[in-house]
Amino acid sequence: MKKHLNTLFVTTQGAYLAKEGETVAVKVGGKVRLQLPIHTLDGIVCFGQVSCSPFLMGFCAERDVCISFLTENGRFLARVQGPVSGNVLLRREQYRWADDPERSAAIARAVIIGKIVNSRKVLHRVVRDHPDKVDTVVVEQAMDRLKSILMHVRVGTSLDRLRGYEGEGAMVYFRVFDHLILSRKKEFFFEERSRRPPLDRVNCLLSFLYTLLMHDVRSALECTGLDTAVGFLHRDRPGRPGLALDLMEEFRPYLADRLALSLINLGQVKSKGFRQTETGAVLMDDDTRKTVLVAYQKRKQDVVTHPFLQEKMPIGLLFHTQALLLARHVRGDLDGYPVFCWQ
Amino acid sequence: MFVLVSYDVSTIDKAGRRRLRRVAKVCKNYGQRVQFSVFECLVDPAQWTVMRQQLVDVIDPETDSLRFYYLGSNWKRRVEHVGAKPGVDQEGLLLV
Repeated sequence: MKKHLNTLFVTTQGAYLAKEGETVAVKVGGKVRLQLPIHTLDGIVCFGQVSCSPFLMGFCAERDVCISFLTENGRFLARVQGPVSGNVLLRREQYRWADDPERSAAIARAVIIGKIVNSRKVLHRVVRDHPDKVDTVVVEQAMDRLKSILMHVRVGTSLDRLRGYEGEGAMVYFRVFDHLILSRKKEFFFEERSRRPPLDRVNCLLSFLYTLLMHDVRSALECTGLDTAVGFLHRDRPGRPGLALDLMEEFRPYLADRLALSLINLGQVKSKGFRQTETGAVLMDDDTRKTVLVAYQKRKQDVVTHPFLQEKMPIGLLFHTQALLLARHVRGDLDGYPVFCWQ
Repeated sequence: MFVLVSYDVSTIDKAGRRRLRRVAKVCKNYGQRVQFSVFECLVDPAQWTVMRQQLVDVIDPETDSLRFYYLGSNWKRRVEHVGAKPGVDQEGLLLV
C-alpha cells in the first residue's frame, strides 16, 4: 500500500529550492533553512516568489514528486511534470471513453452523486449537531431538494442534463451555506460563490482550500497514469485539468467546505486576517494562510474507513485510492466507479 | 519506520576524513541531522536495506563504527529533545 507522504509548503518570499544529493534544500538568503530527503515527500507547493533549480525539478519529476507554483494568494500558476509515464493503453481507453457520451455520462453521474450526497451530509451534520443554532427548517428544505435532485441524477440522463442537475445542486447547497456559519456572522457571511477573485472572506477560504485540494487530486491522478486534462464531466479546454476537476467534486464538500466551516466556527481564522484590495478581491494574510495550511495538513492525517474498500486510511490517501479505483474502472477491472460517499 | 543512526569515523588520516564526509552524505540523503554525527531517518524497510548497505560499504570496520537504533513506527513517544537545535518533525507540517 502506498504511504501517505508529506507535502512541503514554501511561503517564504525569495526562497530558493535546490537539489543536494538526494535531498531538497530550502535556501533563504543563501543559507539552508530546511533540508529533507526526497523520499519523505509527496509534493512541493511554492507560494509567490519562490524559485527552484532545474535539477531539482528534474529530480522531483523522476521521483514522482509534484511541484506546484501558486501566486502568493494561492492562485494556481503552473506545475512541473516529468515525461509522460504510465500506461498508454489506459490513457487511450480514457480518451475513447471521454469521446463516448454514454460512458462519460456514467462516470459524470457517479461523480455528481458523490458531490450531492456529500454536500447533503455536510448539511445533515450541522443540523444534527447544532439544532439550536441553525435554521433547521431552511436547511432541511435544502436537504430534501438535494434528495430529489439526486433521484433525477440516478436515472440515466444525458451529460447536459446531468450538468444542469449539478448546477442546481450546487445552487441549492450554497444558498443555505450561510446558515452553516454559526459564529461571528457579521464578519463571516456567505451570499454566493464568487471566485477570480473571491469577494468575501468565506469565498477566499473556499477558493484557497480548493486549490490545495486540486494539487493533491492532480498528483494522485498523475500517479495512476490517467491523463488529468481529459475529463468526463468537465469537457476539454486548454489548460484545464478536466479529470482532476471531476475527481475533486466528491471531496469539495467533504474536505474543503467542512474545513472552511470549522475554521470559522471554531474561531481559528480571524476577520483581521483578511484584507480587501481596491478591486474588491479579498485576500488572506500570511498568518491566516499558515493556519489554513496547518489545518488542511492535519485533516489529511485523520484516519477514516474507506466505504468501498472497508479499509482504514488517512484522508490524504483517499485521493490516491479514488484515482486508482477510477483507473481500474477505465481499464475494465471494475464495473463502475465507486465514488467516495461520506458515511 | 524510524531509525537512529550514529557513527564514529576515525579522522586521523586523509582517507578517514573522506570516509566521514561520505558517511554524512549517505545519512543526509535519507534522514535529518539532529546532532553532529547523529541522524534520524524515516525510511521504509526497502530504503533502509539500501541505506544500511551504503553505510557499511563506506566505513573501515577496523577504525570506524556505526550504531543503528530501531525505533519502529511508533517512535514519537520514544524521542525527547531538550535544548538547542530542535529537529523538524518530518511527518508534521512542513512550512518554510
